Amino acid sequence: MPKPPEVPVHRIRDGVDPVPELCRTAAQTPLVRDDGPGANDWVVTGREEVRAVLGDAQRFTTRPPAETAEASRRLVEPGNLLQYDPPEHTRLRQMLTPEFTVRRMRRMEPLIEKIVEERLDVLERAGKPADLMRHFARPVPGLVGCALVGVPRDDQAELARTLDIRSSGRAKKNIQAMKAFNAYMVRMVAQRRRAPGDDLLSMLILGHGEELDDKELGGVCASLVAGGFENAAEMLALGTLVLLEHPDQLQLLRERPELMDRAVEELLRYVSVVSTASPRTALADVPMGGQVVKAGDLVDVSLFAANRIQPPGAPPDRLDITREQTNHLAFGHGIHFCVGAALARMELRIAYAALLRRFPDLRLAVPLGELRFRPLAPQYGLEALPVTW
Amino acid sequence: MEVRVDRDTCLGTGQCMMAVPEVFDQSEDDGKVLLATASPGPGQVTAVRMAAARCPAGAITLRHDDERTKQPSASEAS
Repeated sequence: MPKPPEVPVHRIRDGVDPVPELCRTAAQTPLVRDDGPGANDWVVTGREEVRAVLGDAQRFTTRPPAETAEASRRLVEPGNLLQYDPPEHTRLRQMLTPEFTVRRMRRMEPLIEKIVEERLDVLERAGKPADLMRHFARPVPGLVGCALVGVPRDDQAELARTLDIRSSGRAKKNIQAMKAFNAYMVRMVAQRRRAPGDDLLSMLILGHGEELDDKELGGVCASLVAGGFENAAEMLALGTLVLLEHPDQLQLLRERPELMDRAVEELLRYVSVVSTASPRTALADVPMGGQVVKAGDLVDVSLFAANRIQPPGAPPDRLDITREQTNHLAFGHGIHFCVGAALARMELRIAYAALLRRFPDLRLAVPLGELRFRPLAPQYGLEALPVTW
Repeated sequence: MEVRVDRDTCLGTGQCMMAVPEVFDQSEDDGKVLLATASPGPGQVTAVRMAAARCPAGAITLRHDDERTKQPSASEAS
């Protein structure tokens, strides 16, 4: 048996909660050198420091680390916005922004409601106990993402399988699946260039088809669908789990459905599904929290710690769906702030509400201790979420 | 309070518009912020302050009345 990979402490959780070791470290210093095996050079956990790193694209790049700047540029996946720096990032992001406005996302509301109800029918027909992950949490964002980008319905099942392999956390299969997924998207670009529709990809082609090649366009769509799908799927499942584990909050939400918007924000903060932002490489020496991050150092930024670990002396962290949110960092901060945040919020709001309405007695079908989490995937996640009702 | 927005740095996430639609709007053309008003009413001041703090691009700046009286030219800026 190969030795299981070492999990850095900022990725370890107790269920969805931080472990005492991370809380202790974070209470001592807002950023800590990490010399553990396979670790990056720094882990940033302090709220202000997290915002400072993410907000400073001039001095912290998300390009894949390499020996030289040129080699690093060559490693960038075409169209994957998360790996672009300004000004290329700005150019590409500005093409996408008009497609993701709050109003445009709201126009998708009826479609999302339809998808959610259909998947609840499937879940109900599957019979209890059923895996919420398989029947609901993964299909809903997958279908929404496909509809947004314009993937034909006939291809969606195959694509969903590819994405499922990708998110399983096994590195080799993961890379193969991502390649297959990208290749599919590039083929779809060629097809849409010939016959445009009214989907996001066609809009991008009509507006910017001359400036972007098929690889870049395909990469944009692939990274949007894959990233959005995985984050939203895990968020849907883990958010449900958190509610089930906090019966008083669940009861309150059932009694006062108008709290849903606040509940979604609180669950986003509490789950912090993207535990750690894409690693940053420092492009200059940056003094921070009494230490100096050296040019070339790799920095892990813990959105999870910033959202969940209270500063010393503050009251302990707890789930409170009535909380008026200040500014959680679940969607990141700075130029790589989640482009699909408005869509994700709407999807979560519709899906949680419909799920709670459909199953007034929803509960876990296994003890909490039997759930298997995925600490090493790009987003924290669950293998399965068996529920009954 | 006077609100200013920097459309060059705006990322078009629409967070401000969702939080305080009476003050912030989002363009349908480029997805970036538009100001419905630069002078929010007293009831919106707290929400506007929060929206400025949470803007991921730091594109919202606020000028408070006491500062404005010191710099009368500020009211001319758009």
